[in-house]
Amino acid sequence: MTTLDQRLREVRGGQKALVPYFIGGLTPDWTNYVAAAIHAGADVIEVGVPFSDPMMDGPVIQEGALRALRANATLESICHEVSVAAFDVPVVIMTYFNVLHHFGLARSADLLATSGVAGVIVPDLALEELEPWREHASASDVATILMVAPSSPVDRVQRIGELADGFVYAAARMAVTGRSNDVGDARRVVEMVRAATTTPAYVGIGITTPDQARDAAALSDGVIVGSALVQRILDGETASDVESAVRSFRRALD
Amino acid sequence: MSAAGVMGPPDAGGHFGPFGGRFVPEALMPACLELDAAFRDAWGDASFVAEYHSTLREFGGRPTPVTYLGRLSERLGVEVYAKREDLAHTGSHKINNVVGQALLTRRMGKTRVIAETGAGQHGVATATAAARLGLACTVYMGEVDTERQSLNVFRMELLGASVVPVTSGSRTLKDAVNEALREWVTCVADTHYCIGSVMGPHPFPWMVREFQSVIGVEAAGQLREFGVETPDFVVACVGGGSNAAGVFAGFADSSAQLIGVEAAGGSAVGLGTPGVLHGMRSLLLQDDHGQIEEAYSISAGLDYPGIGPEHAHLADVGRARYVAVGDDVVIGALQLLSELEGIIPALETAHAVAWLARAAGDEVPRGSTVLLNLSGRGDKDVAQVRSILRGES
Repeated sequence: MTTLDQRLREVRGGQKALVPYFIGGLTPDWTNYVAAAIHAGADVIEVGVPFSDPMMDGPVIQEGALRALRANATLESICHEVSVAAFDVPVVIMTYFNVLHHFGLARSADLLATSGVAGVIVPDLALEELEPWREHASASDVATILMVAPSSPVDRVQRIGELADGFVYAAARMAVTGRSNDVGDARRVVEMVRAATTTPAYVGIGITTPDQARDAAALSDGVIVGSALVQRILDGETASDVESAVRSFRRALD
Repeated sequence: MSAAGVMGPPDAGGHFGPFGGRFVPEALMPACLELDAAFRDAWGDASFVAEYHSTLREFGGRPTPVTYLGRLSERLGVEVYAKREDLAHTGSHKINNVVGQALLTRRMGKTRVIAETGAGQHGVATATAAARLGLACTVYMGEVDTERQSLNVFRMELLGASVVPVTSGSRTLKDAVNEALREWVTCVADTHYCIGSVMGPHPFPWMVREFQSVIGVEAAGQLREFGVETPDFVVACVGGGSNAAGVFAGFADSSAQLIGVEAAGGSAVGLGTPGVLHGMRSLLLQDDHGQIEEAYSISAGLDYPGIGPEHAHLADVGRARYVAVGDDVVIGALQLLSELEGIIPALETAHAVAWLARAAGDEVPRGSTVLLNLSGRGDKDVAQVRSILRGES
């Protein structure tokens, strides 16, 4: 069990977890947005490390990643900023495998751990290629968060459940990240996860409004909100605007 | 099927040495597993294999001939035979792969194909096979390429396909692959992603090589009719590497030297480092932080920042050698083959000609026997070549 597992079991005494997503390096003051979100009641922060070819992301996060890359954001620069900020909730990094592969697996795991990063989400790393990354991550007490999709058959969900660290990312729909109007297949996906593991299931992919967040959280242990917040930052909203938005998600969950 | 040997099947996880594999989101893994099982089943089923070959024969123009290039041989001082994939339907080897994948799509009970395309050759071939088999077809093409290759967009539309311009990233081939993968996540239940080269997650690199191996198998038999038991060299251009993989497959276990010719601006073996992109671990052009760099080539078909994983492996173990030629010599090679042999090759293919012209009498000793894979015809490139020769670009 990783430290992230232990910390997530203490979230709000069993209440629903709120996980906002931000793109590292999107603006020079991006950590202020993270701090604002924590102030508004975020339980875990997901920080995207941009990659040139984000195959699991829709237009909003693609645009944000492109801007962050133009501003020279890197794995190291983002980890450094996370380390300096020393947020008081767990931070998980979301990035694509090539970023870690290129930096070196052992070196990446060490960098994440020494920067205070509790876990990673690597959407292009499924069970089949999970080792040896997971070995390095586990050795450094970095949780590897796995996804379950609506297309995942039960036997795969079982294996994912056995390996899951931190939380299981329950994809609400067969789609890449982006906005949508409902909670999709969240109920069925969360039921599959719960049948396989006691690791918490957080719903993501297309959670756009506080109402959808409430619906998804009612079925699960928490929600991940990405594109809806990143869009606000792309539109030039301030940290205090984003804090209000996160607070409205928080209220919907409580 | 190709025999086990140097180019045998990959391991169960799709690895060729340290390359290949399946690096895709969980949402797509079930489809990759389904495709792997379906391809193994089909490729072991004599009736499927027979339908694949009869479709290529009746519809695809196979077998394509081998032509002895007498005047070029005389000029270069080596004996050059060309495998004429330029004479296949739609003008290149691409038809071999799309016929196989379209038949497999139907066998899996899926009703639609999606594809990426750069210059449009694979898009046109996919639209062609889809029309033949009554499958719906959507092709993702970088917005920049839809403008550069508007006639190919129109061809695909004539064939009943929809073409979606991709506006993300660099708006070229690699972004078209990204967008096709993103789209595939949403429609994987009824749609097959017909990848155009020996790339992507397993089983694509292996499956596409198997569908293209007809080139090498045919050529080996045809060369024997010329009295050539084994050529000294087999030469093919390489972008993702499907025509090269197909022709190499017929000679991998022979003594022939296998030469893949990359574009200097897209030389994944020459300039790349190991990385993970588009579902595979291979050699990629990337910067110091693992961000993928854009390839550049005069020929859109070689304009890809990676190479198929089996080629990375063949380079690694030394079975094939990968060389690069620059844009500057490609037009001359196209003119050379046109004037001496009455064959206008595609700009991609002209890279292989250019290397041979440079290497003949040197790396390729005088009197050597060479099989050149003439992967495609140059009709699609004549407007571009004209403007280059007129000094307009």
